[in-house]
Amino acid sequence: MMHHIVLRVVAKLLIPCILVFALYVQFHGEYGPGGGFQAGVIFASAFILYGLIFGLEALRRVAPPEAIRILIALGVLLFAGVGFATLLLGGNFLDYNVLAGDPVAGQHLGILLIEVGVGTTVAAAMITIFVYFAGRGQR
Amino acid sequence: MIAFAIIRLRGLLVVVMLSGIFSLHSAVILLSLDAVDVAFTEAAVGAGISTVLMLATLSLTGSKEREKPPHTVLPILVVVATGAALIYGTLDMPRFGDPEAPVHQHVAPRYIEESPREVGIPNMVTSVLASYRGYDTLGEVTVIFTAGIGVMLLLLGRKPKHNGEEGEEDSS
Repeated sequence: MMHHIVLRVVAKLLIPCILVFALYVQFHGEYGPGGGFQAGVIFASAFILYGLIFGLEALRRVAPPEAIRILIALGVLLFAGVGFATLLLGGNFLDYNVLAGDPVAGQHLGILLIEVGVGTTVAAAMITIFVYFAGRGQR
Repeated sequence: MIAFAIIRLRGLLVVVMLSGIFSLHSAVILLSLDAVDVAFTEAAVGAGISTVLMLATLSLTGSKEREKPPHTVLPILVVVATGAALIYGTLDMPRFGDPEAPVHQHVAPRYIEESPREVGIPNMVTSVLASYRGYDTLGEVTVIFTAGIGVMLLLLGRKPKHNGEEGEEDSS
């Protein structure tokens, strides 16, 4: 699809909007609908659009598979790490109350962190799945 | 009606498109049931990502369904029996929107009454998902993680090794 000028221009205009919307869904999930899972999927869809329009090689340059592979694990690690941090701070596993001075602030911090973890893993996993599926089709 | 079209059609490309439309319809239904978070997920995952992934799969497998064997009596019987059993199961369920239903009596009142004080965020779905049901969400994320790793392993395993860049990926 390298020669479709309309598609390329529209994609270039859309991708930043999709990324910003994904971040909005990610960090506004506490106040409106959304959260890490949806944000991760939307974030990944921006990359998938980029891959569809500009080709898989360009996508590999923007999102190197090695880095994405680390990000998949990092999200789960962040989530579980929050759990173990609460254990070390004297609470139960994933009991965010102990993360900050008062329980509500702790809950806010904990939810923010685990949503980031969820979003990271989901986005990275979706990009990986797409890259590997599309990469096989090329050969 | 979309489901019938999906069953009857042979061109898999059309089927993938229709299942995307079906997901979007489900999202609208969920939206009209006031389940905004679920509708959002359905629209993003069902209509968006899974359609793209199925299209990618089609580009690997080809987009024509193979001709089916003619005798399809046994599958129909199994499907009808399962459907009848499921419908029989719904007879015991409480009426839709019944305030006396067990689901509204168990932990839901506690979440609704206590979560503004305990968690303090306006979107109760997020506070249930991330805080009260943190274990489950951790499990879900692990499932996604496993899916990513699984696809990576399956599709890496059969890679030809003549290309330099791919050889590098193989070694890691």
